[in-house]
Amino acid sequence: MSTHTLSALVENKPGVLAHVAGLFSRRSFNISSLAVGPTADEGVSRMTIVVDGASTPVEQVIRQLDKLVRVIKVVELADDSAVERELALIKLTARPGEREEILQIAAVFGAPIVDLDPESIVLEATGSPRRLKALLDNLAPYGIRELVRTGRVGLDRGPGSIADSTATDHIATTPELLAQAS
Amino acid sequence: MQLTGAQALVRSLEEQGTEVVFGLPGGAILPAYDPLLTSSLRHILVRHEQGAGHAAEGYAWATGKPGVCMATSGPGATNLVTALADAYMDSVPMVAITGQVPSALIGSDAFQEVDITGVTLPITKHNELVTRTDRIPAAIAEAFHIATTGRPGPVLVDISKDSLQSTAPWSWPPVMNLPGYRLPAAPDPARIAEAARMLHKSRRPVLYVGGGVIKSGTHEELRRLAEAAQAPVTTTLMARGAFPDSHPLALGMPGMHGCYAAVAALQEADLIVALGTRFDDRVTGQLATFAPRAQIVHADIDPAEIGKNREPDVAIPGDLAVTLAELADAVAALVAEHGEPDTAAWRGATDHWKKQFPLRYTQEPGGPLKPQHVVERLSALTGGDAIILAGVGQHQMHAAQHYSFTKPRTWINSGGAGTMGFAVPAAMGAQAGRPGELVVAIDGDGCFQMTAQELATCAIEKLPIKVLVFNNGFLGMIRQWQELFYDERYSYSELGQAIPDYVKLAEAYGCVGLRCDRAGDVDTVLEKALAVSDVPTVVDFRVHDREGVFPMVPAGRPNDDIVLGPEFTAAEQQAAARREVSAR
Repeated sequence: MSTHTLSALVENKPGVLAHVAGLFSRRSFNISSLAVGPTADEGVSRMTIVVDGASTPVEQVIRQLDKLVRVIKVVELADDSAVERELALIKLTARPGEREEILQIAAVFGAPIVDLDPESIVLEATGSPRRLKALLDNLAPYGIRELVRTGRVGLDRGPGSIADSTATDHIATTPELLAQAS
Repeated sequence: MQLTGAQALVRSLEEQGTEVVFGLPGGAILPAYDPLLTSSLRHILVRHEQGAGHAAEGYAWATGKPGVCMATSGPGATNLVTALADAYMDSVPMVAITGQVPSALIGSDAFQEVDITGVTLPITKHNELVTRTDRIPAAIAEAFHIATTGRPGPVLVDISKDSLQSTAPWSWPPVMNLPGYRLPAAPDPARIAEAARMLHKSRRPVLYVGGGVIKSGTHEELRRLAEAAQAPVTTTLMARGAFPDSHPLALGMPGMHGCYAAVAALQEADLIVALGTRFDDRVTGQLATFAPRAQIVHADIDPAEIGKNREPDVAIPGDLAVTLAELADAVAALVAEHGEPDTAAWRGATDHWKKQFPLRYTQEPGGPLKPQHVVERLSALTGGDAIILAGVGQHQMHAAQHYSFTKPRTWINSGGAGTMGFAVPAAMGAQAGRPGELVVAIDGDGCFQMTAQELATCAIEKLPIKVLVFNNGFLGMIRQWQELFYDERYSYSELGQAIPDYVKLAEAYGCVGLRCDRAGDVDTVLEKALAVSDVPTVVDFRVHDREGVFPMVPAGRPNDDIVLGPEFTAAEQQAAARREVSAR
């Protein structure tokens, strides 16, 4: 599934999340995941929104989001130039004999054990979406009792920040026309 | 200086230059009504909050200034919802102020509590719940700023009762804090130059003009552009009046009930320059088959409209006031340098279509009265010098088609939302905004009965609107669709022509009531109605119940499937389908 990751700065005010979520439902856009948290500026929150590229016209999403008064800025994080991470807590039933194998897998993926019970184990896993998927695939045969994920967060690599990027102008014009015009 | 929140609200409205507020008081907004009594604002007491909402819209359409309406919490606020949705769809600048229950009670399901900011989230450009007195002036200033700049739209400010009652220091102007609200960037000169070159080169250009031209006040520039480019112009339902219908380059309205020449020209064009318009489904018909041979230049103030429905070849986001002026200059410069564009053959074709497939109906002298005839007589008698309103349905389409518009802000209707009951209250708002002018609402009998109570408001406020009820005893457009698409099974679309008695109803409301059911009487009755200057007038036009609106592109069909209607022979329909005179 091809996904697009959008990163948005929004005003930290009541109703902003409802506004953004409402926009998605009203325009029939699909959200795969959504993560919201504070930034260094207490008046501003940052949202990371993952949308399904196949069913959702991403440029249209960006322009519609940009129109919301409480949304300060929206950018799309490019796959190859962004760091994306997600956190998951995974609870497994650890039957005798499986416990050791589970701990080994956790060690390979660098996932710390955050709760250990005679009958269960809770792992904390952080990583890229691909890495988390690999971990979950490896754990699946042991029976995952509960899984909770934060939704993806991401940042562009390098010294730049969302605040530096110029206002989004995603409007397409054909290269030929632009060439003629210049 | 300390003011109560209520005083600050009224003072803020005054500072914003508000002349008229349409509203109806209730518990939560009551504190605001006290200072209203002694303010410079004219408050018009409506009979239903929906009337206040549409009146604010009509005021805004007619004047270009933001309309203001006010209601109390709960049902008062929800009664504004239809008008807000309507204003949102048609980009009408409007500020709605609602009272909210005291902040300590919010969330407790208090008496008359509704989460109106939640309800109106998807149908307002912006909204805000205010619970602090010192926030009121800035909230009002921001609301007016957002409603009137960029792509206009409705803004709702919901104010808790306690914040209206408490006091705070007053100062004006307040500091606006809208970090996420940016005004559109200037249009790109390179793209305008490219659009000008394309227009100058095009053999089959069409200017596809939407409501943005009226909102940006650029009808003069449009005319300059059309004449320089020698390009035919089609004005959408939202843009009637942006270009004079009598102009040789005018094609009339496009779309589902558009003129054949306009629909055909868009289908055959090699270049469409879309100005302040949004490729609405009622214009494009089936999107995939719309204007298959045309390159598209799309200029609009809202970047999100560009590429939403049809991907343009040249996109010019930005203010049309700049784009149109520069585009007209650029085309004129190309004409001066290289000569006139070669569109003569194309104009020959569009002229031929206009003559061969005009809007056609038959009014037999002794036969049933045709609604088109009434519109044409009104058009002739007023000479375009009137503000015409309509709701939604057959009467709206007949008015849009057959009235000859000469200037902007003379046509007001419910375009995108298609709101029944729009016309009477919107006419009230238009008349309040332009008191000296002739304001004529053409309304269906179905629409009229949804908001007719505002006749009382108009009579008491001395707003002498004229309401021409096209009474065919049916929900006419529904009847037409049932005739065409549901085997003539007229399921619950008949209202009956006799009840209510519109003349008596008018008189009961303190208005003049007239009736007309013969073509020969239309002029006399219209003249009588137009002459009334002190109270509203209602005319019950008993029109033919079988009359349809044509041409018609059935919903979701390609525009090439346009049906000319029963006034045309099969041979003519075939000729229209073949589009015999092609400039290709």
